[in-house]
Amino acid sequence: MTSIFDEAGNNVACTVIDASPNVVTQVKSEDEDGYSSVQLAYGDKKEKNTSNAMVGHFKKANTTPKRKVVEFRDFNAIEKAMGELITIQELFEEGDFVDVSGTTKGKGFQGVVKRYNFKGVNDATHGQHNRQRAPGSIGAASTPSKVVKGMRMAGRTGGKTITKKNLEVLKIFPDKNLLLVKGAVPGHKGSFVVIQK
Amino acid sequence: MDAIKFVQEQLSHKTDLPTFRAGDNISVSYKIVEGAKERVQIFRGDVIQVKGTGSTKTFTVRKISGNVGVERIFPLSSPAITEIAVNKRGKVRRAKLYYLRELVGKKAKIKERTFK
Repeated sequence: MTSIFDEAGNNVACTVIDASPNVVTQVKSEDEDGYSSVQLAYGDKKEKNTSNAMVGHFKKANTTPKRKVVEFRDFNAIEKAMGELITIQELFEEGDFVDVSGTTKGKGFQGVVKRYNFKGVNDATHGQHNRQRAPGSIGAASTPSKVVKGMRMAGRTGGKTITKKNLEVLKIFPDKNLLLVKGAVPGHKGSFVVIQK
Repeated sequence: MDAIKFVQEQLSHKTDLPTFRAGDNISVSYKIVEGAKERVQIFRGDVIQVKGTGSTKTFTVRKISGNVGVERIFPLSSPAITEIAVNKRGKVRRAKLYYLRELVGKKAKIKERTFK
């Protein structure tokens, strides 16, 4: 992430995303596969680290092995054949609003304050003793004699796929294949994201 | 990382500001928008910290206004900054002068750096 100043002089936090051209590795159609979709691949990978099945799959599209393969259902923004490249400027314009999905940073086993934004106990005194970040009551007593399903409790946090919706595309650098998106996107530096309009 | 640097270089515009560091006394002229009007205000004080790199670099200026310490953080690449003038070079031993917040009067004064 970084920040830039817009025309009005506001400091805008934004994320730089590498959006190098994606290769079309497969085109599925209603007649043959039962649904229409386009499979795109991004990022280079050594052939020796690729399974033979995938090497064959990439060879069919006349391309080198790729790191990430994602299928998009009902992809009808542009018509592309197998092995062709899709660039950012074909899909997005400056000022567009996009949805960015990715895997969030893993945070390990966390309590309910961090995990579900419980408030905790705001008093340090008045009888509180290591209760500041405790969840409090998790249910009633003999009726119903159980904890209801889905009760929010401590556990593994982060590391799941989320989508941030309606992020503005501030700028596109076609020469460097970079996309500048307003705000934060899920995941570590260098992690993969899917951008959809 | 290089991609971030590239974007910053493309989108930041100012370069002609003088170099200064913690301990220096500077005057920052910056634009203020009041409704439809725009005017330039000057903030003069000691730089107590410079942090960040590239276009996200910021600096903090501290001055004593009346009897109250006032600090203001400026982004170095902010388009609101029209001019920075270095009034005095200070002689200090650290990069962050937070200790000045505890001091008043003569103790809070920074010695001037002399150039041989």
